[in-house]
Amino acid sequence: MITDTNLRLEVIDLFARYVACLDSGNYDAWPDFFTQDCHYRVVPRENYDAGLPLSTLSLHGVPMLRDRLYGVESTLFHAPYYQRHIIGPTLIKEQGDDGLLTETNYLVVRTKRDMPSEIFNTGRYVDRIVITPQGLRFAEKACVFDSELIPNSLIYPI
Amino acid sequence: MNEVEAPLRGESIQTPWTQEGSSRIPAAVYTDRDIYERELSRIFYGRHWSYVGLEVEVPEPGCFKRTSIGERSVIMIRNRKGEVNVLENRCAHRAMRFCQERTGKVKTLVCPYHQWNYNYDGKLLGVPFKNGVKGQGGMPEDFALEDHGLNKLAVSVRNGVVFASFDHDVESFEDYLGPDILRYFDRTFDGRKLVLHGYSRQRIPGNWKLMMENIKDPYHPGLLHTWFVTFGLWRADNKSELWMDDKGRHAAMVSRRSETVDKDVTQGVTSFRENMKLNDMRLLDIVHEPWWGSPTVCMTTLFPSVILQQQVNSLSTRQIIPVGPDKFDFVWTHFGFEDDDEAMVERRMRQANLFGPAGFVSADDGEVIEFSQEGFEQDGDFSTMCELGGRDVENTDHMVTETLIRGMYRYWREVMEL
Repeated sequence: MITDTNLRLEVIDLFARYVACLDSGNYDAWPDFFTQDCHYRVVPRENYDAGLPLSTLSLHGVPMLRDRLYGVESTLFHAPYYQRHIIGPTLIKEQGDDGLLTETNYLVVRTKRDMPSEIFNTGRYVDRIVITPQGLRFAEKACVFDSELIPNSLIYPI
Repeated sequence: MNEVEAPLRGESIQTPWTQEGSSRIPAAVYTDRDIYERELSRIFYGRHWSYVGLEVEVPEPGCFKRTSIGERSVIMIRNRKGEVNVLENRCAHRAMRFCQERTGKVKTLVCPYHQWNYNYDGKLLGVPFKNGVKGQGGMPEDFALEDHGLNKLAVSVRNGVVFASFDHDVESFEDYLGPDILRYFDRTFDGRKLVLHGYSRQRIPGNWKLMMENIKDPYHPGLLHTWFVTFGLWRADNKSELWMDDKGRHAAMVSRRSETVDKDVTQGVTSFRENMKLNDMRLLDIVHEPWWGSPTVCMTTLFPSVILQQQVNSLSTRQIIPVGPDKFDFVWTHFGFEDDDEAMVERRMRQANLFGPAGFVSADDGEVIEFSQEGFEQDGDFSTMCELGGRDVENTDHMVTETLIRGMYRYWREVMEL
């Protein structure tokens, strides 16, 4: 167990700020949670468990995250919706020179206009978090989702 | 005693069509339960070949993959001789859908309810207490194992891709596709060994045919999809060809990427962004592969169940599994070739960001299908209009036409007798 209380508090704060950023729709600030050469993936659990390389989204580096945001905001036609992330306590599996290896359960509830809220996507974040002079950043974030069927489309980052 | 046979469900349908031809499609074609039931029985369970999977998904004897044709669950499994069988996932005893795992490897297929046991060819190997217990009970004397196998479908494997049909009188797969479509099928699947890259699954709340229409509609990509028009991947000025089989049910949309922009096709197109630049060009790191020839894209619709995608370096099969008249599951299987180097695998995976449920040029296809379905639901008297390029059905050397959609509905009306 990692007993460094300050580090634990920082991790809790990182996730709290991360989901608050997404749920508020402040997508421009989303890349700030990542290192410049990060790898962000959204990947079905069946591919992840079988070691298959295909992801639903696989973005390398902050510039590619920004390209995704441009796509979401300016090129992809879609029904608007709110997201609400519910996260569980972060399991810190390992602390080494490469940073912290962590897993965090998540549930994303989607609310479309005129519609009841629905479970949109659920799974766990498998992350590598590094300590930088600016604070903690995600060097790798894999959103490994259990959900067998994406309800039509996945537009915003999770 | 003479019984009057009740008409089968879906056998006494009034045609919703109010006119000849196939350029106006009535809303009921997308919403009506009886029409849908007839589609299942005549199209998905009738004399048509449906996509089941890639051979590489079941590499060894006993390896299986569960999937569906229409709403019927089937199992693709390799037998000891190395052949691929497709068996209905329904125990011959009490109809159990006994296979619940999606993939795996088994010694035999066992229904856990009463332990009926089948081999990889669907043959019933044994049933417990067949001869009774201590002289009591047991199966009747005329019970024969060979009468109670799993339902075995007709199977066709071509260059690593597996198709099946519930109707054993179906024509050969090659005749089913016809020479023109077969040529484009073989362009991608030329016998090279395939490598599985993974799956994407989405449920789209729309009629299954809307997805076929989407990939028979070369009109929308250069309008709806900013990426296609801005980066020239699919635009009205691209050199392109549209091919169908004789019956008009299958189609290939073949095109070549334009590096330059013709003002004609971008003027007034609000999705065109002249100054759009990617922050990271690796998303469009296109490397020409020798087998392409000159086309950079080929989208093939094989009626009724699959779309074959070659979009620059991204390859997938997209399987359509209807779930009622108003929704379908859309299963993407991405693949590459055995001789791909590491860089090519990575490239295919990066370009996969354009496709699938989150894709830059695919996520919105699901969205527009959902909204079309909502429009059909709200007014049963509505008919769609598919008259770009006229009202006829013909192959063309341009993409400013909806001829492929008209082709599919000409065939649909024939087979549905509506």
